[in-house]
Amino acid sequence: MREIVVISGKGGTGKTSLSASFAYLAKQEAVVCDCDVDAANMHLLLDANFKKQSDFYSGEIAVIDPEICTNCGDCFDVCRFDAITKETDFHVVDPISCEGCHYCSRICPVDAIEMVTQKAGDVFVSDIKNGATMVHAKLGFGAENSGKLVSKVKRVAKELALKEDKEYVITDGSPGIGCPVISSLSGANLVVLVTEATVSGLHDLKRVYELTKTFNLKVVCIINKCDLNWEITKKIREYLNSQNVQLLASLGYDENFTKAVSVAKPIVEFDENCEISKQIKLSWNNIKNILKEN
Amino acid sequence: MKITIASGKGGTGKTTVSSNLTSYLASLGKKVVLADLDVEEPNSALFLNAELVDSKISNKMIPKWDATDCTLCGKCEEVCNFNAILHLPEEIRVFPELCHSCYACSELCPTDSLPMTPSQIGIINEYQNELFTMVEGRLDLGQEMSIPLIAQTIEYVDEKFPDYMKIYDAPPGTSCPVIESSRYSDFVILITEATPFGLNDLTLAVETMRVLNQKIGVIINRYGIGDDGVENYCHDENIPIITKIKNDREVAKLYSNGELIYDKIEHFKDSLDEIIAFIGGLK
Repeated sequence: MREIVVISGKGGTGKTSLSASFAYLAKQEAVVCDCDVDAANMHLLLDANFKKQSDFYSGEIAVIDPEICTNCGDCFDVCRFDAITKETDFHVVDPISCEGCHYCSRICPVDAIEMVTQKAGDVFVSDIKNGATMVHAKLGFGAENSGKLVSKVKRVAKELALKEDKEYVITDGSPGIGCPVISSLSGANLVVLVTEATVSGLHDLKRVYELTKTFNLKVVCIINKCDLNWEITKKIREYLNSQNVQLLASLGYDENFTKAVSVAKPIVEFDENCEISKQIKLSWNNIKNILKEN
Repeated sequence: MKITIASGKGGTGKTTVSSNLTSYLASLGKKVVLADLDVEEPNSALFLNAELVDSKISNKMIPKWDATDCTLCGKCEEVCNFNAILHLPEEIRVFPELCHSCYACSELCPTDSLPMTPSQIGIINEYQNELFTMVEGRLDLGQEMSIPLIAQTIEYVDEKFPDYMKIYDAPPGTSCPVIESSRYSDFVILITEATPFGLNDLTLAVETMRVLNQKIGVIINRYGIGDDGVENYCHDENIPIITKIKNDREVAKLYSNGELIYDKIEHFKDSLDEIIAFIGGLK
């Protein structure tokens, strides 16, 4: 079983449309995994049926019992997150600011503070339109620990892939370079970087590529909207060359890309004969070959 | 006044709107400063032809083991709720990337063997062009926690520009970095596009802002593609639609080149005027 992780640094480059296309093309050879847990939307393109739901618990927050609290203020003094405020007769915790460090509850002289485990989100296992299985999640509103939820989603997807003897796990990552992205990358056999021909696309590509380098990951790249700005496309290609990163495809700016999203279809299903779809199919075959060689 | 420009989905136009809006407001004589809080991928500076005028290292505080008086009692490991401290037979090891800077280990250590020391997580850059100032937070590669840097960037802007209007360019998503970028603002503008993706992620962003009790309005970008799901949703939820920015390949082209748009494309400037009129009506 090999895991392919699609990330982009910058948001809105077409990462989810491409990963959903790969997932569609892989048919039942893959388990699909949406790790963009705080704005998950891959399920829309693949008709996920939310078959199995499980709660995801992670992190704690402090809760002060007003009956026991003597209003001494020790908790207020030690909290580094400004999560505790003083009311007339007792202190209260702001659940959004609380990091769950436990410090206040440890030093409370009258044991008025309890640490309560938080539900941080939902994990779903779904059937999708091509008969494959997809693992996805929804982060709780205002919840933290998206990195841990990403790890959980990946773990469930990998276990399923091993159990059902699948060839691939196809993972849609999140934008950025921080904790959810780092969690998405763990254990990847191949990283597909999706960028676009804009100054921001190039800037963000460089940062996210540098991040993958620190983990020694095998990386390939797809340039989206390449004809929006040929000069930038040229710069991206030069950059990839200088880093020995294989360019899988340069896709043109095509309204079909958005139209496909509007009817909840991956582009390769929406119009399988258009130029972009042809290139995505070639890219998918390339990805499979690269994974065979490595 | 502090306004956060956010979105659930990435690539909907946060940076385009925040950089153009700030520039336009400044050209009208308004005292305004832009803060790029997308510290994982900051790129407002690419659009502003600005000069770097000041930089400041951003640190988070982490414990540093001092063996001198340490009795290896293990209290530090016991009180750390984030597994950032490992008590080995002859050593205390700290994992800085897991540390949340709660100070518990340091302050509860009976021998004061874990003094808190600064550790770099990123940099705060201040840029200036002929019209206004922009401040960005830039997270170091490999750092996982962006919240302290976002908080410090906001603080930097507050201290240096106390009586200015502030525009915050937020990161995408709905999790903690977005919350940190939005919770202290007077108003949050959510930018979306009229597609099922846009609607899905807008709904998540709206729910998050409601948890924060934030006042919100919506901008629909690339208007003309997609469907009317977003408009119906805003109508049903009583969320004001501040403006609709027309889908226009020329806008995308200017953006791709790192150029400002409002001085070249009339309908885009009209949209900014609608945003400014809307902001003027707040309070």
